[in-house]
Amino acid sequence: MSLPFLFEIGVEEIPDWMIPDALENLRLLFEKLEIPYESVTLDATPRRLVLRAEGLPARQADSQERVLGPAKSAPPQAVEGFARKQGVKPQDLAIETTPKGDYYSFIRNVPGRLTKDILAEALPGIVLQIYFPKTMYWTGKSGPRFIRPIRWIVALLGEEIVPFELAGVRSGALTSGHRRLGAKEIAVTPADYVERLRHHYVILSAEERRNRIREGLAGVRVKPDPALLETLVYLTEFPTPIVGSFDPQFLELPEEVLVTVMRHHQKYFSVEDAQGKLAPQFATVMNIDADPEGFIRRGNERVLRARFNDARFFWETDQKKKLADRLPDLAHVTFQAKLGSYRDKTKRIMALVKELGGKPLAVRAARLCKCDLSTELVKEFTELQGVVGGLYARAQGERPEVWQAIYDHYKPESMEDAIPRHLAGRQVSLADKLDTLRGCFRVGLIPTGSRDPFGLRRAAQGVVRILVEGKIAVPLLDLLEGNPQLAAFFEDRVKFYFKDHRGFKYDEVNAAMAAGWSNLVDLEARLMRIRTLRPTPDFEPLAASFKRIHNILVQAGFTGGGAIDQSLLEPGPELELYEEFIGIAGQPIESVISKLRPKVDLFFDKVLVNAPDATIRQNRLTLLHTLLAEFSTMADFSEIVTNS
Amino acid sequence: MQSFQEIIFKLKQYWADRGCIIQEPYDVEVGAGTMCPETFLRVLGPQPYRVAYVQPSRRPADGRYGDNPNRLYKHSQLQVILKPSPDDIMEQYLASLEAIGIDLRKHDIKFEEDNWEAPTLGAWGIGWQVMLDGLEVTQFTYFQQCGGIDLDLVPAELTYGLERLTAFLQVKDSVYDIEWAKGVSYGDVRHREELQYSVYNFEMANIPTLWKLFDLHEGEAARLLAAYAPKSAEKSRFPLLPAYDHVLKCSNLFNTLDSRGAISVTERVGVIQRVRKLAVGVAQAWLDQQLVQREVAA
Repeated sequence: MSLPFLFEIGVEEIPDWMIPDALENLRLLFEKLEIPYESVTLDATPRRLVLRAEGLPARQADSQERVLGPAKSAPPQAVEGFARKQGVKPQDLAIETTPKGDYYSFIRNVPGRLTKDILAEALPGIVLQIYFPKTMYWTGKSGPRFIRPIRWIVALLGEEIVPFELAGVRSGALTSGHRRLGAKEIAVTPADYVERLRHHYVILSAEERRNRIREGLAGVRVKPDPALLETLVYLTEFPTPIVGSFDPQFLELPEEVLVTVMRHHQKYFSVEDAQGKLAPQFATVMNIDADPEGFIRRGNERVLRARFNDARFFWETDQKKKLADRLPDLAHVTFQAKLGSYRDKTKRIMALVKELGGKPLAVRAARLCKCDLSTELVKEFTELQGVVGGLYARAQGERPEVWQAIYDHYKPESMEDAIPRHLAGRQVSLADKLDTLRGCFRVGLIPTGSRDPFGLRRAAQGVVRILVEGKIAVPLLDLLEGNPQLAAFFEDRVKFYFKDHRGFKYDEVNAAMAAGWSNLVDLEARLMRIRTLRPTPDFEPLAASFKRIHNILVQAGFTGGGAIDQSLLEPGPELELYEEFIGIAGQPIESVISKLRPKVDLFFDKVLVNAPDATIRQNRLTLLHTLLAEFSTMADFSEIVTNS
Repeated sequence: MQSFQEIIFKLKQYWADRGCIIQEPYDVEVGAGTMCPETFLRVLGPQPYRVAYVQPSRRPADGRYGDNPNRLYKHSQLQVILKPSPDDIMEQYLASLEAIGIDLRKHDIKFEEDNWEAPTLGAWGIGWQVMLDGLEVTQFTYFQQCGGIDLDLVPAELTYGLERLTAFLQVKDSVYDIEWAKGVSYGDVRHREELQYSVYNFEMANIPTLWKLFDLHEGEAARLLAAYAPKSAEKSRFPLLPAYDHVLKCSNLFNTLDSRGAISVTERVGVIQRVRKLAVGVAQAWLDQQLVQREVAA
């Protein structure tokens, strides 16, 4: 018999962003039970994590167990005793030969356990093993920990309750509807669960909630914001979008400020007009079915008006003092206790921008880039640092290169974010990030494991991206104050960038970096060449030969030096390889690979490197070393993993 | 239309009906209702407790000379502590909104993650900000730690922003326009106070004097804590509550100095640490004192 399984953990509102991972976790934990099933579905709303599976057996398959009894030589009483214990007659026992001798044995049938019992035993542990980034206890400090208090549990195998208790809650067949529109206790079965919930204003499927929001906003030019959409999908059980409006006068404020207020503080979508400009409207998603009297729309409009008024107040207050006049204020804003104030940091950024070849406008931007830290607007909306400085600089008549460099200098803030749009912004951003990295490494604030409070990984990643994608060919290693830890830290970031972000194979990255990685623009060019070269038929065999050469040289302890003595070269493959090499030296490997490869192959086929004559052996090693060195400026091909 | 004071009456009645003691505001300046002994000390230890009170809460840096319609130097919180938290606390909370006339079928409520933390008190908890039609009206917290001590009877703390709730119910854009009592506006009652305290906090507070006061209160609290003897037979009469008042004074002076721009970011951490040390000291001694009092009683 095959049964459906319904498992719902009823919880007080779970933080939206943790839900998808928790569900995935629940799935893995369930799979680990190794109970066979046909299909499994996971769903969640803020108040419930749900696992539904189809086709579970009522009981596990029977298994057989061999029980070893007394030795064949044992007295009959012992044999009878053993048989009795197994519930059979002595003649039903078998004789089994083991290394220790012959023994009586019996194959016992072990009936499979009831799936219900297995689940009842395992489910409490599964619930508590679901990983959440931050947990709480609520029944006492030695009680269970979960993301929020568990208030009900539905556990049904077919029509039967899987009985257990967790955190004082008994599993049962009662779920709970929408907090305000549904009943508190609703009897369900696996078959009617989804529909019963829907009847009580809970849409179980995230996909369905997502679609309901999208459809509700059809015809409204909402600025696409997938991350916000996900937040709202997991913040609601019955989402219904509505559109509100605000006084067009607020459009005088910079769009960045308006959008931040709507997006980050109110979780509203912004709306655009037909020309793609910000419209005096917003879309919000309610956790209820409708707003027939407009209470909710008007309430949200009022909140937004108050927030915009605040922003306007800050915007106007801040304008009374120019950015340049705020420079002295930065002496009172600490960057880091051991690294001084932002005034100190500003001086270092300016020096670094000059070192990077920055023109006077870039240096000007560096001078002003941190001045917005003393503005009211940035104190209120810290996520707008840099952007606000850029906007004030523009309003105060700074040149486009300058205000745009200030505006962009925190970029890129993620792997997806763009790098600063112009050279000046790139230089300021590089200088700011390099200064932070150098300073923190100097005073020992080095990231460990997941701890990276100063965001140094992201900063280093930003440096790598700006250098590569901004085509800034400066030697990175010369900018790291000779700090070996910082160099190693960057080496990891460079590898990560080319491998995980750009999709180069790990051995290609290792090979290219082994030939040097300080100039990232050059490194990228070499990687592109390897990528083109790799599928060509001669590449892998040649790479394998280079590896062989590398190994031979290592084994011989040969470190180079000396010139090739032509007179010692044996006519045939050795001389031919030499002549080929002389002919192609200095040319890029792409154009010579097809000519070189057969000569190398032939050499290894016919010539014994380890010649008995030491002079000849030395000469051959020199030939191989020279050959390897010639082509290793592009990459250390011995790092390439080959199939041959 | 319900006045500000009527809303307060109703909420107090609502929680009184659910077993809360109705306390009056604490008479020492605090930044939040959590800091009052009725919360900070009562959540410690094994004694169940339920209390509700309005607490005027002072945040000197939020003062706006009475000009800003939404920001106040001093606002009123209704603080509710249910220790331990009942299983249906969320339903009870939502019903309290119904009790002041909010029809929850016609409004939008969301519980958005917001974990509360008070570094000066060594206290933190897990919870939400409750959003009513996009307006944050309540902070809802399950306390986990207070004064650096793990709490075994986990209390639920509800902190209602009374001005915001009233402005919402009265549909007023400015807090100063809300009706405190019939014919009397919030502005009539409090505007002058907002203006004068803003002037004092931002312009006229004497920094050296405030630092001196801070040091004096800190010294007095530290002196008392040092004198507390856990093994003394008479420890139940030891004045820990007065010691805590001095800690609260330090906290308010810190906030005032901060709004005056007298504390650099580097110094900040150190001063917070000083206040925290005292708060944690009081909490630990208080717990110790409570345990023995119960032993004597038994």
